[in-house]
Amino acid sequence: MGTTGTPTNITQGSGTRGGIGESTLRPDGTLKVTGEFAYSSDMWHEDMLWGQILRSTVAHAEIVSIDTAEALATPGVYAVMTYDDLPTDVRHYGLEIQDTPVLAHGKVRHHGEPVAIVAADHPETARRAAAKIKVEYRELPVITDEASATAPGAVLVHEGRTDHHVGHVPHPNILHRQPIVRGDAGAAARRADFVVRGEYTFGMQDQAFLGPESGLAVPAEDGGVELYIATQWLHSDLRQIAPVLGLPENKVRMTLSGVGGAFGGREDLSMQIHACLLALRTGKPVKIVYNRFESFFGHVHRHPAKLTYEHGATKDGKLTHVKARIVLDGGAYASASPAVVGNASSLGVGPYVVDDVDIEALALYTNNPPCGAMRGFGAVQACFAYEAQMDRLADEVGMDRVEFRRLNAMEQGSLLPTGQRVDSPAPVAELLRRVKAMPLPPERQWLSAGEEADVRQLPGGLSNTTHGEGVVRGIGYAVGIKNVGFSEGFDDYSTARVRMEVVGGVPVATVHTAMAEVGQGGVTVHAQIARTELGVAQVTIQPADTRVGSAGSTSASRQTYVTGGAVKNSCELVREKVLEIGRRKFGAYHPAWATAELLLEGGKVVTDGGEVLADLTDVLEDEAVEVEAEWRHRPTEPFDLRTGQGNGHVQYSFAAHRAVVEVDTELGLVKVVELACAQDVGKALNPLSVVGQIQGGTTQGLGVAVMEEIIVDPRTAKVRNPSFTDYLIPTILDTPTIPVDVLELADDHAPYGLRGVGEAPTLSSTPAVLAAIRNATGLELTRTPVRPEHLTGTA
Amino acid sequence: MDFLRPASWEEALAAKAEHPTAVPIAGGTDVMVEINFDHRRPEYLLDLNRVGELGEWEVGESGVRLGASVPYTRIMENLRRELPGLALASHTVASPQIRNRGGVGGNLGTASPAGDAHPALLAAGAEVEAESVRGSRLIPIDDFYTGVKRNALAPDELIRAVHIKKADGPQQFSKVGTRNAMVIAVCAFGLALHPETRTVRTGIGSAAPTPVRARAAEEFLAAALDEGGFWDNGKIITPSVAKQFAALCSAACNPIDDVRGTAGYRRHAVGVMARRALTWTWESYRGAAARTEGVA
Amino acid sequence: MRVSFTVNGRRQEADDVWEGESLLYVLRERLGLPGSKNACEQGECGSCTVRLDGVPVCSCLVAAGQVEGREVVTVEGLADFARRRAEHSGCTTGTCDSGDGEGISLDEAQLGVPPGEAWGRAAKGQDSQTGEGVELSPVQQAFIDAGAVQCGFCTPGLLIAADEMLERTPNPTDADIREALSGNLCRCTGYEKIMDAVRLAAARQSEAV
Repeated sequence: MGTTGTPTNITQGSGTRGGIGESTLRPDGTLKVTGEFAYSSDMWHEDMLWGQILRSTVAHAEIVSIDTAEALATPGVYAVMTYDDLPTDVRHYGLEIQDTPVLAHGKVRHHGEPVAIVAADHPETARRAAAKIKVEYRELPVITDEASATAPGAVLVHEGRTDHHVGHVPHPNILHRQPIVRGDAGAAARRADFVVRGEYTFGMQDQAFLGPESGLAVPAEDGGVELYIATQWLHSDLRQIAPVLGLPENKVRMTLSGVGGAFGGREDLSMQIHACLLALRTGKPVKIVYNRFESFFGHVHRHPAKLTYEHGATKDGKLTHVKARIVLDGGAYASASPAVVGNASSLGVGPYVVDDVDIEALALYTNNPPCGAMRGFGAVQACFAYEAQMDRLADEVGMDRVEFRRLNAMEQGSLLPTGQRVDSPAPVAELLRRVKAMPLPPERQWLSAGEEADVRQLPGGLSNTTHGEGVVRGIGYAVGIKNVGFSEGFDDYSTARVRMEVVGGVPVATVHTAMAEVGQGGVTVHAQIARTELGVAQVTIQPADTRVGSAGSTSASRQTYVTGGAVKNSCELVREKVLEIGRRKFGAYHPAWATAELLLEGGKVVTDGGEVLADLTDVLEDEAVEVEAEWRHRPTEPFDLRTGQGNGHVQYSFAAHRAVVEVDTELGLVKVVELACAQDVGKALNPLSVVGQIQGGTTQGLGVAVMEEIIVDPRTAKVRNPSFTDYLIPTILDTPTIPVDVLELADDHAPYGLRGVGEAPTLSSTPAVLAAIRNATGLELTRTPVRPEHLTGTA
Repeated sequence: MDFLRPASWEEALAAKAEHPTAVPIAGGTDVMVEINFDHRRPEYLLDLNRVGELGEWEVGESGVRLGASVPYTRIMENLRRELPGLALASHTVASPQIRNRGGVGGNLGTASPAGDAHPALLAAGAEVEAESVRGSRLIPIDDFYTGVKRNALAPDELIRAVHIKKADGPQQFSKVGTRNAMVIAVCAFGLALHPETRTVRTGIGSAAPTPVRARAAEEFLAAALDEGGFWDNGKIITPSVAKQFAALCSAACNPIDDVRGTAGYRRHAVGVMARRALTWTWESYRGAAARTEGVA
Repeated sequence: MRVSFTVNGRRQEADDVWEGESLLYVLRERLGLPGSKNACEQGECGSCTVRLDGVPVCSCLVAAGQVEGREVVTVEGLADFARRRAEHSGCTTGTCDSGDGEGISLDEAQLGVPPGEAWGRAAKGQDSQTGEGVELSPVQQAFIDAGAVQCGFCTPGLLIAADEMLERTPNPTDADIREALSGNLCRCTGYEKIMDAVRLAAARQSEAV
């Protein structure tokens, strides 16, 4: 059932050490453990200034006046800039819709919006100067939810919209709307023996990467600027930065610095343009480093959502229909909201076969903090709701919750509600079977050390709230589906430049891409691919920069697939050229040059039978072979704006979780004891990294299940907890053991059969934990994160 | 900003007398956060790290004189027997790194209702040794907290030490946070049984504008234990007594709704912690009594 | 003001220090030691953990003026610190064997990292999978081997904390490890590989004894 497909078989390079399929170690590991690895906040330059941003203290207001005189007069201050100081007419930016002002113009639309920027010779000087800028606001009513956004006479967050979504949305405060309609959900509902309806709420999660936004801009002699930056996509930044500066793209030279995590939070620009503006204005290098407080305002968050679902099933447990309405709060600016809507709607029923579907997803413009990309991207919110529904419906039908899911699980050949056929393995039922079959952790595990309870293994942990009293175990399951790569007709390509030459008597491959290494281990994988494809031991990975073509974004679980695919493709082209040189030089000496399939192995040209034809050093001599080529996955198409039909996705990633929790039912505290995961990765290019990705994604899902939430005051739209004191992410004492079962069923359309890995584990982790808490407490729990007051009736 | 570095306690007192607005800094775990985030720009910082005696403690006949800067880690490791409630509370403070730096003097100086040491100090019964160039005085802990983040110190006074009675019976401390480590208290509860005086004392954190005792609950429990002869017969406390004690502890709270929790939850959680702490301490008392009898 | 103290075995002086500066800022921006990371500045993440007179502390919460005359060990000096500890086994305070001026070469350490060097440095060592030629402490090596490093921003603080824990508790239980590292946030790994790394370092350490 669903287990068709096998791992990819590798021929070329299979004999080369350190190739794909091995757990090779990170090339940057030594630098990272010695403190030598240079993150964007570590940059330093002679004569460097510090930039500081002044942000709005209110969420929605007209700016009556800005007085910068006192700030400018402060000793040590080199520049103060506002909207009026911007050098060109291009004064807005954005990933898809250019609706975000570089500096606020006439109006601020959310708490913490940049209003002015300062450059000074010490960060404290810059902070003091920014505090001296006088901004007079005239406050406007705040739009905070669907009701206030679409109320008669509601203030428009953006007046005079001209973007390409405005034509199909029912209200200008709705940024984008995507229906998915297939079959006749109304008619199917009448056939259902059981129907469950539920309303669910998903809180605002923050990426909370540990390395805050930062970078260094250095003015260049040619009037351009060099920017050292932590980002997820250099070329997307470049496309947005250059026009604001009034520079051609080749005069904005960007180099990736060390990136301290990303998780979607670096897809949008943060301080990039501000640092460049100040550097060009002062003629001096300018470094900007956000502190943690500012970081909470400096990037978009995961969309909070309200989800309304109706599921139906027959007596024998077959899903009849799904109706859903998903309202995502996009906040004040568009960011990636339209694509988030596309994912939430098209993946809104989850990895199940349902013929009759009626889904509507939309994103609002509000005065809440802007929301955009975060790991899982729309699919996360939907998974939380549909998995809660699946549990409830299984209970109604009277089936085991896992068996009910397996009965309805999609498989290769199934149709999505978009009408798209799933044309690669979809082992949903098998993943559920595997995760259920894993052994359970022992009961009363907090007594493992002896007779005394170890509070560290109990809910509340070190806080000593229970020695076992009130503690009830619960178990929950969930499974999810995430699209891999950019969907809906986006031209999703990557570029790789690969060079092969002899250095110091040995053949060396050099890989140069603009891929943002944000911690995921792409650099490790690129070296592995080059070793495998070129049969060499030594590979040098060049720093990522804009001197090579775009590698697309480090997001959507796409980098190993797309940039990895580009590296593979360029390596193949290099290999062909090398073999061509070999044939030219040595073809006359051995017939196999013309007749056999030739491989590069261990620095030699060999036949597929293993016969050595030549050393690469002899083939190449002084010649260097270099190829720079773009590579793209199969094209996708947009969803129909009325029906949502269309082949919108290129690949899917599936993961299933089983959560075991212990809940102190009296105090409402939760200890997640174990969070087991089974995931299909197609082909594990680096098994160690794959497991690390799954465990990391799982933990972010745990965080939003029990603690992580940005709390926005509904009356003022101001953020109430922008700090690591009150925005809590899991510590090592909150995180359980995470056993991982990796399945490798090749997707024949993808390089090596691989499947994007990073996001899927973040989807099912949250609903599995919630299901386990419901199992322990018997409570309905329709919102995440679940807080102690929700478990104790004291909310 | 000026950085004052007194080399001795006398110099520190003199500096504080000369600059009463000077902000004392020892572990830095409160003050530096405020400086890093631009919430505070004091005219003077008064560094107490070089005053060695603040990091020392003396165990006397009946009490412990605990230097204001003795790190929580030291309290956990070395004073578990004498000050079990405070040792438990110390273990819940933030993270190992913070426990290595922070001390009780900081909690008292800041006087945040969320300070983890307060409930334990209230329950154990403590006196704050405050000193200035004018002289030294002992401030009973019950009189020390005067308002939200306000205390009874005069502007020229510094906290030299805290005098805490050695435990004469079992003590407990619990705190609720929404994370299993490194978390600020949503609310906290401390309980100390004092068999010698046949009294009990409590302390509640983060559930009122200041740390408070649940006096009605203490009086109720002391009376109930007395009436039932529990101190002598070592019987199991009846559920109705535990329930009433918990209810009175809840009633002693005067909490607010904030990002860390609702007022309703805080009241509820203090009750649950009070009931559990009573069970734990009483079981421990009974066990100790049984062992003593066995030996005798 | 001027602050003088010992970092990784070398006397260091910083001039014109603003009184509100933290030890972390002085290390990173004045002494060219950016290995200690700034991720929260409020003692909630542990990324800036250093040893101050042998004790792990958050350097963001130590006022620069408070370190006058004291001893600091940062991640840049960890390998050297661990080597000396192994050589003088028995010394665990971290202060008894320093001060002979043989710490990591600060002559080589520039103020921060010059632009362009960011990945250039990484590129040089790109294919050395095990960090051959670079002296590492057992904990550092174990973090690489176990896959405990992803983005790496939490790594320096975790290494200092884990190394100190293994110094005190050579054979820790899992609960001991979790408690000792509960002041260090990691957002990438879910901590499982970090647990693996510390167990590995402990095992290698006990094997070596």
